[in-house]
Amino acid sequence: MPSEKSAKKRRPVLVQVETPNLIPERDLGTIPVLQAEHLGIDFGGLTAVDDFNIAMGRTEISGLIGPNGAGKTTIFNLLTNVYRPTRGTVLIDGYDTAGKSVAEVNRMGIARTFQNIRLFSKMTVEENVLVGFGNTMKTHLITDMLRLPGHWKQEAEFHDRALELLDIFDMRRFADTQAGNLPYGAQRRLEILRALATGPKVLLLDEPAAGMNPAETEELMENIQKIRDELQIAILLIEHDMSLVMGVCEVVGVLDYGKIIAKGTPEQIQNDPRVIEAYLGKQEVK
Amino acid sequence: MFFTQVLNGLQLGSIYALVALGYTMVYGIILLLNFAHGDIIMVGAYVSWLVMAQLGLHPVLAIILSVAACTLMGVLIDKVAYAPLRNAPRLSILITAIGVSYFLENGAQLVFGADAKVVPAYTDIQTIQLGGLALSFPSVLTVLVTIVATVALTIVVQKTKLGKAMRAVSEDMGAARLMGINVNTTISFTFAVGSALAGIGAVLYAMAYTQANPTMGMMLGTKAFVAAVLGGIGSIPGAVVGGLLVGFAEVIVTALNLSVWKDAVVFLLLIIVLVVRPTGIFGRTMNEKV
Amino acid sequence: MEEEVMTEKRPIISAGGGPRLEGSARKTLPMPARYAINAVVVLVLLILGELMIDGGVVNRYQSTVLEQVGIYIILAVSLNIATGYLGQLPLGHAGFMSMGAYGCSIFIIRMSEVLGVGARDFVTGTPLALALVLGGLVVGGICAAVAGIIIGIPALRLKGDYLAIITLAFAEIIRVVMLNIDDVVGFDLTGGAAGLTGIPGYSSFLLVFGCVAVVCFLTHTMMKSRHGRAILAIRDNEIAAEASGVNTTYYKTLAFVVSAFFAGVAGGLYAGCVGVLQPAVFGFMKSIEILVMVVLGGMGSMLGSALSATVLTILPEALRAFSEYRMIAYAIVLILVMIFRPQGLLGSYDFSLSRIIERVMNRDFPWARRAEKGDEAAKEVGADA
Repeated sequence: MPSEKSAKKRRPVLVQVETPNLIPERDLGTIPVLQAEHLGIDFGGLTAVDDFNIAMGRTEISGLIGPNGAGKTTIFNLLTNVYRPTRGTVLIDGYDTAGKSVAEVNRMGIARTFQNIRLFSKMTVEENVLVGFGNTMKTHLITDMLRLPGHWKQEAEFHDRALELLDIFDMRRFADTQAGNLPYGAQRRLEILRALATGPKVLLLDEPAAGMNPAETEELMENIQKIRDELQIAILLIEHDMSLVMGVCEVVGVLDYGKIIAKGTPEQIQNDPRVIEAYLGKQEVK
Repeated sequence: MFFTQVLNGLQLGSIYALVALGYTMVYGIILLLNFAHGDIIMVGAYVSWLVMAQLGLHPVLAIILSVAACTLMGVLIDKVAYAPLRNAPRLSILITAIGVSYFLENGAQLVFGADAKVVPAYTDIQTIQLGGLALSFPSVLTVLVTIVATVALTIVVQKTKLGKAMRAVSEDMGAARLMGINVNTTISFTFAVGSALAGIGAVLYAMAYTQANPTMGMMLGTKAFVAAVLGGIGSIPGAVVGGLLVGFAEVIVTALNLSVWKDAVVFLLLIIVLVVRPTGIFGRTMNEKV
Repeated sequence: MEEEVMTEKRPIISAGGGPRLEGSARKTLPMPARYAINAVVVLVLLILGELMIDGGVVNRYQSTVLEQVGIYIILAVSLNIATGYLGQLPLGHAGFMSMGAYGCSIFIIRMSEVLGVGARDFVTGTPLALALVLGGLVVGGICAAVAGIIIGIPALRLKGDYLAIITLAFAEIIRVVMLNIDDVVGFDLTGGAAGLTGIPGYSSFLLVFGCVAVVCFLTHTMMKSRHGRAILAIRDNEIAAEASGVNTTYYKTLAFVVSAFFAGVAGGLYAGCVGVLQPAVFGFMKSIEILVMVVLGGMGSMLGSALSATVLTILPEALRAFSEYRMIAYAIVLILVMIFRPQGLLGSYDFSLSRIIERVMNRDFPWARRAEKGDEAAKEVGADA
């Protein structure tokens, strides 16, 4: 890929990472919004993830696929500091996340959803989103407790912003519903909205289409693109649904036994013998 | 003098350890801080008093009846108060346990009165000679009984079928049920064993302090629970080590003439251990899967 | 053809809330009106109570019981912040109460010597005495809050039962310290086991229930703000809260400290109500008593805490004639409620006067809207102005 070479030369990288997924007209001259290099973690003696590298452009949509237990969710946990990496570094917009808490990493610009939905189930849909806005809101505890004018102004402003955000998935009418009472698909959507409310530069989606029917998946696909286009953020997703991955991702990485075994455009991945082997097992040669 | 203190520490520590074992086992299997556990000891002490002082029967009978009463009481409490709440929020079961504790304490007060009853001596032998040292017989007996009980318990938990069922249920109740383990029987068995140990503890306590009163279980129970947490809750060796630690801490503080501070020292010890090692000395860390 | 279908399609969200009135169509009370209505109701109740006491409708003993009710309401509401809202289980609330009680009464005793305020002044309520009392309550609250920070930092790193046990331990340490501190400092500070005496009887119906109103208001306003939402988020799902940028350590400590502060205020009122402080009063059983109120009322329901605090304070007084059986009855009630209604009497339902008024304005009555269960559920979270 010729574009890759020129991009490498001119972008002010902190660390050189081999990556096929830079698009010159978009990513030239910028540092990757999310960059991981030689990332790895051991649980006890077991290496769950080893030598994982990624560099994501500002508005890139990437996918991470692999068989169950390959370490995909573990990578999300490493990128968000839920697990402390044994090796390697994660840079968000050029800043190292080492030693930062999960909440601090979120504030640095990375937000995520969870494979097994984790909503604030006893709070309303709007409140769920407002928790995400929590760090953008600036009122002091005393202002809030004494209901000073600043409180009302801010609550009104963020009430509107929350409803606007809910409009992305047409969920405004659920604003007052308890999150735990939402249907499954809507819960997944709400999780994405809550993550967006934190104002991320990178959004990590952990199996966003799990449990959705084909029509819903197609809808989600459009929405992922819409989010990227309107909010100008990068999205990294884990997914088993190949129609979604192949339909929406610009770059796909394949993970097996904690290692990236292949990386490339959806077309390249679909024809890669190593990928087929990881998924279907090795074909005996007669 | 020094040996007497060491023996005192061992004796007190052993009683705490026996009671702590009950806490640890129940917590290990249904994650319940069984607040009523301390009060079971009170019941045991009263039974001993009833049998010996009121009925004038033989001390051996008193010991057997005390242990039997405690065992029965433990199983009964589980069946009546805790079993209906197996799937309820943890806090509800905890409050129920507190209710049971209230019930036992106030029931005892109603039946026996608020004054302490003197439990007669189980044996006439007060000291034994060992290599020129005159040792208190109850102390030596307490230590020996605790050693035997702990070894027996370890064998039961490690080797018997019920013991294996116990470990399986504490690991994953749902999976254990699917494997054909009768979860309710296993839990009852756990309560029975834990309460029997409390019964033994009650006899040893009554032997050392010769009295029974309605609220005796509370502080004893709390300290024993501290011991269980210190050692790492769910761990049998942990309960023993924790019990000895608490016992020795109290004896040392008392020997330094600071006995008014002994409760504070025990609790401070707990805080320090938990801050340094949040799961206790022998505790295992449990990671939540994200 | 296909294109058309694509653009027409809306996100599919089945089931759920059902049809409900649009925000604009539904009549709502403006915020200032809501607060005004509530303030007026509280004022009327306070004045009514005070008139009844002055007029002799309520005798001295009854008014003392009323003060106790108010104090326990504050204790239960404050513990509810840590249990119902934050979702932790502190077993040492009496420790904070005792810090507040001693802090407040020692401050008032010492300061009234310095300022020359006599015991009579507290009863008649001179401005200086009143200022001293309010100052004392704040000092008591701060003492408790400091204790809350000291224990909160190690305790909040632990989870569930470990936190419970470490707070229990800390409260016991406070009790032992109060008992023996005089020997260490070398002069009479707490009075040891004999107790701290000579505390002026500054607590009155108005003061206690004024504090109840303020505590409930501040708790409500905190919970209905970004800070409160962060606390509730931690309760519902700590991992998700962290991933959403909630600084869990800070907010856990905040909830804990606010809870301790209010408990300290209640302690200060308690001191002024009973006149004598003994460390033994603030033992483990006191913490349990308060916890029982919260759980029985329904975790996370301020009204539930307040109601069960009222009932559980008055009931033992009313049953004094059967004093031998009352604790047993109490224990049995506790067990039965937990077996048959483990979520507490009120669950997480909370009362809201303005909500009721709004419903009347919209002619929106419970008997007319059986179908809208989902909507109901959404409203049960937290209090509403």
